[in-house]
Amino acid sequence: MKSQVSRSVAQNPNVPPESSTLGFMKISSLWSRKGNQPPWVLLVAAGIVAIAIALPLAYLVMRTASIESSELWELVSRRRTLQVLFNSAAMAVIVTLSCAAIAIPLAFLTLRTDLKWRRFWLIATTLPLAVPSYVGSFTLLSAFSPKGSLLQLLVEPLGVKELPSIYGWTGTILAMTLFTYPYLLLSVRAGLQGIDPALEEAARSLGKTPQQTFWQITLPQLRPALVGGGLLVALYSLRDFGTPSLMQFDAFTRIIYLQYRGSFDRHAAAASALMLVGLILLILWLENRVRTRAKYYSRGSGRFNQGSLRQSHSPHLVKLGFWQLPAQIFCTLVVSLSLVLPIGVTLFWLLRGWSNTEILPSLLPAVLNSVWASGIAALVAILFALPVAILSIRFPSRLSAILERTAYLGFGLPGIVVALSLVFFGANYVPWLYQTIPMLVFAYLVLFLPQAIGTLRSSLLQINPQLEESARILGKSQWSSFCQITLPLLRPGAIAGAMLVFLTAIKELPANLLLAPIGFETLAVQIWKATENVAFADAAAASLTILLVSLGSTLLLLSQEEGRGRDEVRSQKSEVRS
Amino acid sequence: MKRRQAIFLLGLATVSGGLAIACSNQTPNTANVGGGTNSQELTIYSGRSKKLIDPLIQQFQQKTGIKTQIRYASTAELAATIQEEGKNSPADVFFAQDAGALGAIQKAGLATKLPDKFLNQVEPRFHSPDGMWVGISGRVRTLDYNTKLVKPTDLPNTVVGLTEAKWKGKVGWAPSNGSFQAFVTALRVSVGEAKAKQWLEAMKANDTKVYENNVQILEALSKGEVTVGLVNHYYLEELKKENPQVPVAHHFLNDVGSMVNVAGVAILNTSKHREAADKLVEFLLTPEAQKYFAEETYEYPLADGVKPATNVKSLAEIKTPKLDLSNLDDLKGTLKLLEQTGVL
Repeated sequence: MKSQVSRSVAQNPNVPPESSTLGFMKISSLWSRKGNQPPWVLLVAAGIVAIAIALPLAYLVMRTASIESSELWELVSRRRTLQVLFNSAAMAVIVTLSCAAIAIPLAFLTLRTDLKWRRFWLIATTLPLAVPSYVGSFTLLSAFSPKGSLLQLLVEPLGVKELPSIYGWTGTILAMTLFTYPYLLLSVRAGLQGIDPALEEAARSLGKTPQQTFWQITLPQLRPALVGGGLLVALYSLRDFGTPSLMQFDAFTRIIYLQYRGSFDRHAAAASALMLVGLILLILWLENRVRTRAKYYSRGSGRFNQGSLRQSHSPHLVKLGFWQLPAQIFCTLVVSLSLVLPIGVTLFWLLRGWSNTEILPSLLPAVLNSVWASGIAALVAILFALPVAILSIRFPSRLSAILERTAYLGFGLPGIVVALSLVFFGANYVPWLYQTIPMLVFAYLVLFLPQAIGTLRSSLLQINPQLEESARILGKSQWSSFCQITLPLLRPGAIAGAMLVFLTAIKELPANLLLAPIGFETLAVQIWKATENVAFADAAAASLTILLVSLGSTLLLLSQEEGRGRDEVRSQKSEVRS
Repeated sequence: MKRRQAIFLLGLATVSGGLAIACSNQTPNTANVGGGTNSQELTIYSGRSKKLIDPLIQQFQQKTGIKTQIRYASTAELAATIQEEGKNSPADVFFAQDAGALGAIQKAGLATKLPDKFLNQVEPRFHSPDGMWVGISGRVRTLDYNTKLVKPTDLPNTVVGLTEAKWKGKVGWAPSNGSFQAFVTALRVSVGEAKAKQWLEAMKANDTKVYENNVQILEALSKGEVTVGLVNHYYLEELKKENPQVPVAHHFLNDVGSMVNVAGVAILNTSKHREAADKLVEFLLTPEAQKYFAEETYEYPLADGVKPATNVKSLAEIKTPKLDLSNLDDLKGTLKLLEQTGVL
């Protein structure tokens, strides 16, 4: 029996191992074929999401439209604009590739091998997500800038008076990669955990080498996770402001800020942002082309395939042997640059200016505000991402696809653009909501929703809809079969998504400055205020606190993830028996 | 199995219930605090830092009994925000870091005329000719230098001196910074478009190092990454508070390179608390408040009869060029020139 199932999987991974023994094929039309109305709850939630997407876009079009056409043409056709367009696009591609080069090996090392101190690395490699990019870039500069940096002082006795410049491409790519690879890492990890171990075992039992298994079975299965995570990385690199500005790299964000700052010109900035929207749409279109095939591969592979039901256990670990040392070096290198260095440098600033720190008493309220606002943002993002993900997978239509795709726009736009669009609509159309907490949470929703959609979607893809159908055949309602079957299986994706949103929201600045109630201070706001005053020690104290809070929440969520993972396996077993 | 799911659903219910309660608890508070339209409080949008403004406003509250709310963000962000809010802006007063932002608000028709008694307290060059904003404190452009790398006597006396070959690769500037751009505008006004362009091109050809802002230039100066840097004067004093050993000092140029710009206030024409707003402007120009700026930020007091902090060179001693700040509003032209020359 085992080999039979294995063969059908290995030969033809795109065809789900039919649950022909149950004979439920016809019933599958209940859920996923046309003529099937999605529940109204989903539609309402989707409507709110659609508004969240449309607002910034409408704002940008409106502001751009008020520029005279000759001026607009001059703005668009300048050589500089084209240069910035090229820079941004190339940066997004390079950063995504280099993140993949770090994230894929790390995901495998921490989940599938006998890497020593695996638990430690599992956590440590996730944490750079908590380093705000402006803090990270600043510390990279103080470590590697041409003159007077830590490295230069270190090699000065050797006669090196000046290091090659880190500014521009090098520094931007380095900083972006080091502080955004965890987006991809989390996504790949969730993907790896969702793969049915039976598939790999089947391949191995058919005589495939571990390498062949990896390339032919595992990697194709990971495709949705890779594409989803890569999309997040690419868009994050486009939206980030801290790194390009500190590294003096002409990306769209920097230009947009310059236009606001230099000439207080909202219209030219909007035109630039609209061009950025074009670039984002192009990326989304490309991703969609890759993804269509990706869906094909993974649809049939759920944890509940017959094979896995019979023998579900965690996949066996690859012995690293000789590779143990290089693997350790690799992990150490990544973690020391992306985590130890920022912590070390901020700690140094804190201690150097300890006597001058004035921020400490105000840190606790800021921590509470940060955790509260980001926590709600994470929760709300999951609540609204779930309907979007379900609609796009279980009720595929052109409309649900467009909704799901365009949700990513907010994440690719610089925070200031989204914040100003909500300032405009908020102040003029819903003044009673303007500058309140619900407004701030809505801004977070616009900005960070796609992070949650991405992870939920790839989790959902790995769940075989036939499971729900079976439940319905056995007399459960649509709602209760969803709650009892699908929802528990979505947990890893929901947790990963919530974590991503939380860790990104805690670093968010422009929305907080412009849309939060007056006096609502978060840690990110405090870092900004301290740097305004050239108070490095205060900035360091607030940065370290962000790191600590993020560290705590990451640990909490990782422990949840692992505990639940075990529970699930157990529950699968008992369900089979009952 | 049932129990597990029940617990999960229970958890979900608790969380969403908690969320609902948290939101409903929060909303009345924040609507009150943030909305500003219904409250009787003065709302200030401040592009100046909280550390600086907060203690001063506390004094104002004590003195006048007027309650205030302050939203802090960068000057440019707030200028854009006020324009987006339009006639629904909850703000009464805009306290900006530089004259350019105030000019933008004025141009958008969002500012209102200030009483002459306030305007007359400062030199005419430090308020808007139409009386739509008034300067509160002055900041001077300086050429800061690393004392270990260069002797004061070797420093140039004009910005043009920086284009000489001996400064190749040794100068730092921040073209994206607002105060630098104001300086370029001043340069255009004082020497003409063509010469300003020439200077920018010569500086670029001389391999001038680009930084994001004044703070970064100072970091680079103290590390010796550059020898001299074009900055605003008060950043060095701030840095020395934390790290007194920084080997950096001021040098004042004899041309537009040591121009004086202002931080100032405007009252928005949508303000529903005009009387309180006037009182605030009045307070900011009192000797008490002016002295506070001099001592806390090392900026120059602008109201008549108040002296700057002892360790800053006086405005009279610095050979500041005669410039009309109201001519410095052509920021678009400056941005264009900076882009044309490839500086930005």
